[in-house]
Amino acid sequence: MADPGRHTVTVRITHWITTLCFFALLVTGIEIVISHPRFYWGETGNVMTPSLFVLPIPASRSTVPTGYRYVLPDQNGWSRYLHFQAAWAAVLTGMVYAVFGLFTGHFRRELLPAGTDLSWRPVSRSIVNHLRFKPPGEGEDRSYNVLQRLTYLFVIFVLFPLVIWTGLAMSPAIASAFPFAVTVFGGQQSARTIHFFVSVFLVVFLLVHIAMICLAGFRNRMRAMITGRAGVHKEHA
Amino acid sequence: MSNLSRRKLIRTGLAATAGASGLAVAGKLADRFGLIPPDHGSIYGPGETLTYAAQRLLTRHSMAREFTRSQISKPPFQNGEPFQGEAFKRLQAGGFADWQLRVDGMVARPASFSVAELRSYPSRSQITHLACEEGWSYIAEWTGVPLSHVLNVVGILPQAKYVVYFSMEPGWWDSVDMADALHPQTLVTYGMNGTTLPVGHGGPLRLRVPRQLGYKNVKYITRLTVADNLKQFGKGLGSASPESGYAWYAGM
Repeated sequence: MADPGRHTVTVRITHWITTLCFFALLVTGIEIVISHPRFYWGETGNVMTPSLFVLPIPASRSTVPTGYRYVLPDQNGWSRYLHFQAAWAAVLTGMVYAVFGLFTGHFRRELLPAGTDLSWRPVSRSIVNHLRFKPPGEGEDRSYNVLQRLTYLFVIFVLFPLVIWTGLAMSPAIASAFPFAVTVFGGQQSARTIHFFVSVFLVVFLLVHIAMICLAGFRNRMRAMITGRAGVHKEHA
Repeated sequence: MSNLSRRKLIRTGLAATAGASGLAVAGKLADRFGLIPPDHGSIYGPGETLTYAAQRLLTRHSMAREFTRSQISKPPFQNGEPFQGEAFKRLQAGGFADWQLRVDGMVARPASFSVAELRSYPSRSQITHLACEEGWSYIAEWTGVPLSHVLNVVGILPQAKYVVYFSMEPGWWDSVDMADALHPQTLVTYGMNGTTLPVGHGGPLRLRVPRQLGYKNVKYITRLTVADNLKQFGKGLGSASPESGYAWYAGM
């Protein structure tokens, strides 16, 4: 009982629900993109207008010219149902986490970097340590370093809100009630394109996140996020 | 059984009962205020219900964005080939002079309208966005008679909750709730970009529901039925879309 633990139960539960939602959103998002792997800027875009860029993949609709001679099976129906259901679950979970983070001081204590850490020297030292694949130092299985804190803050307060907002901006009903939510991006096709890029950033974050867990010790880090305990050696101490 | 675990059990039981009854009350209330979509029964029901309920509470009277003439997409994208049915081609050869839109169900005076009759009613033109669930979109000017006007002519009964609409293309039908049916921008369209609505875009008559995705905008409509529930149509899921795996409500 002397061990204060690494992650609180709220952080652990919301983390794993978010993980589940993220995978559902990623798989269904890819399926939805396959039906029209072309991207545009502005309000409108279709196969008769110039594209911003085209993903070099086959499509699940015969009306999209892709250069491939086959059409993939259409999976949009269940993909859309699951995409929006997972989005709801993720947003509701995120709201619980945000309220918890604000009121328990989790954001302030665990994620906000100390003022002294925000100067160039500690940040650059952390970057160099990462680039040299230096194993985490003393106390880093208890607390996040400055780069981790900045990354998590960026994901939680920039990427997540932006991916939700651009997703909502694609909705014709939301666009009718809150036109500004669309025009701020330059149009519904711009919102779709930004939604795609934010998703790519989130996938890059996920890959680095998993890589760092493997480098820092997969078993210990997984145990910390599942049971809350920081590490075995602490229990015997 | 120790005191602690008994107390825990009682507390868990109370919380579960409160949660379940809370959900039941919320469900009853949502149903009374028309916040539950007809395709709520699947494993995706919770997400669909949250989307539909939230958007009905936030967007019931919102107006779809209208654009300027210079923003009209040139040329408008036509999705797929026009309908090739025999009866359709015969009517097309006659300039659709014999096309009829039948309106029945929970109405005081069931009636049939020709395209010319619909054209004689007060018309509305609007430049709106049409987005397909696939991801593409275009902007066009649509001209038609507001569906609410047609419904006023036939006189809808007070218990009306949905308007179901059928295409001449077999198996294509859909429905909207009264919030969308009576919305001023929901049009029975017969014109597009200043000309007669082309067959490729659903001519002679297409229902435009600009606050929902493209697939709710059924082409070649021949019949409107006003109903108090959707159980009696198809598999009872509200439209042909959920039967092929797509959401009934497409305000998204």
